[in-house]
Amino acid sequence: MAVAFGVQNVTFRYNDIIALDDISLTLEAGKRYAVLGANGSGKSTMLRLLDGLYFADSGTVTAFGEALTEERFADDDFAYSFRQRVAFVFQNPDVQLFNPTVFDEIAFAPLQLRWEKQCIRSRVAEMLDLMEIAHLKDRSPHRLSGGEKKRVALASVLVLEPQVLLLDEPTAALDPKSQSQVIDFLIDWAGSAKTIITATHDLDIIEDIADECLIFQRGKLVAEGKPQTILRNETLLRQTNLIHAHRHAHAGGEIHSHPHLHHDHTHDE
Amino acid sequence: MPEKTRRRHKNFIEKTIVGLAEVAEQALYAESLAKADGLLQKLDARVKVIGLFSLIVAAALSKKITIILSLFGLAIVLALLSKISPVVLGKRIWLSAFLFTGAIALPAIFITPGEVIYRLPVLHWAITAQGLRSALYLISRVETSATFAALLVFTTLWTQVLKALRTLGVPVVFVVILGMTHRYIFLMLQTAREMFESRQSRVAGTLPAKESRRLAAASVGVLLSKSFYLSNEVYQAMQSRGFRGEVYLLDEFQMQKRDWLALAGFLSLAILAFVLG
Repeated sequence: MAVAFGVQNVTFRYNDIIALDDISLTLEAGKRYAVLGANGSGKSTMLRLLDGLYFADSGTVTAFGEALTEERFADDDFAYSFRQRVAFVFQNPDVQLFNPTVFDEIAFAPLQLRWEKQCIRSRVAEMLDLMEIAHLKDRSPHRLSGGEKKRVALASVLVLEPQVLLLDEPTAALDPKSQSQVIDFLIDWAGSAKTIITATHDLDIIEDIADECLIFQRGKLVAEGKPQTILRNETLLRQTNLIHAHRHAHAGGEIHSHPHLHHDHTHDE
Repeated sequence: MPEKTRRRHKNFIEKTIVGLAEVAEQALYAESLAKADGLLQKLDARVKVIGLFSLIVAAALSKKITIILSLFGLAIVLALLSKISPVVLGKRIWLSAFLFTGAIALPAIFITPGEVIYRLPVLHWAITAQGLRSALYLISRVETSATFAALLVFTTLWTQVLKALRTLGVPVVFVVILGMTHRYIFLMLQTAREMFESRQSRVAGTLPAKESRRLAAASVGVLLSKSFYLSNEVYQAMQSRGFRGEVYLLDEFQMQKRDWLALAGFLSLAILAFVLG
């Protein structure tokens, strides 16, 4: 399978703080990845490196065989081509929704990539319908609910029909219905052989949204594997702070406290 | 014996929360006015920008008080036809414009040389007819211009005003900065309100003045640092969607027959006022 991203011995620092420490990994095109880790593990930084927003202090990041460097992004043709192929949905939709109206928000990216205006109008209309937000098109983003903002944020990047979608905590701070809408959408969208890389610490969604998991801890890649394998490795999940001990009740009435996953949780002994 | 009650003064935090809530409330009110079924609300934003601006210019250039007052009357009629109450204009525009301009115009009443029509008791300062006339001109011009400007803001969604400015040749960068400022000012207002509410939930009794000042300074610092962080994040979000230093916008306007008629009407009135002096 073709390689979407290659990361070789990448280290990235915020001033003196190491965010990513000698990371190497390969992400194949057409696959869905979940980047797991507790807060501050380096997930978001990794996504920003893959989107060419940050550049590694050492090591190399490549996308579709081309190195992602500041010099490379100085070339308009490369930058436009990359921005069309790779889309990033930020964790906080307020960061991403900076235009006066929902319509402008969705039209922003194609406008910057100099698409024909008629094409932009029809494509924006399609996205509004696809995400079921046509009724919001003249609304100001700051007046929308969390779920609506997330759908607008998704529409604002999917309008470009990217090959790769990078998502930073897509279900964070969403109500259960909005969460399931986002997950359902991602499942459908991935059906068209797209690459999806999702940074999350929500273990309940990873079987739905990922074929492979990458676990980060304090800037290091500590494990890789299929979601089913990773989810059964309780020791790993506890060590990486993805599960924790808490009191819970079983169907039989037993109440006790220990770290566990919420689904398929039984006690044999 | 009735229990003695004492009215508690709002502390600094409470006042700030109320102030922030009022700003948000006023923005909502302005938005609801802009969506009302009135005369100006039905017109294309570009027509309103050009038409009302030309009337402001006519008021500024006019040398006859009757013409300025006629334009003021026109503004009130337009307000009524656009379902904007004169009470709203009075509270939000006329009073503040009067106080602001009055402070500037007041010295002119005394220092402009001319025919003395009244002398203040005790101070013996002379009020001259020419001084009074200058002040009247200044105040009436400002009130008229402010009313026309308010009509534009009250009857047009801010997003439409920005787009209209763009189509009228205002540089894209200027329009985009205005748009983003408007967009994020609400986010910062919300952040500020949550910050103050969180403080309020942990404060009991009245804060001493010194403590209130310290709190205000600390809050300004925190908000500034949050806005820096936000601006950096927004810039990355823009970059991620193809922003390369120059912004492109989509202009979506369609002039209808009534827009052309209104534009002709506005311009004719402005020219008439200019010709009549």
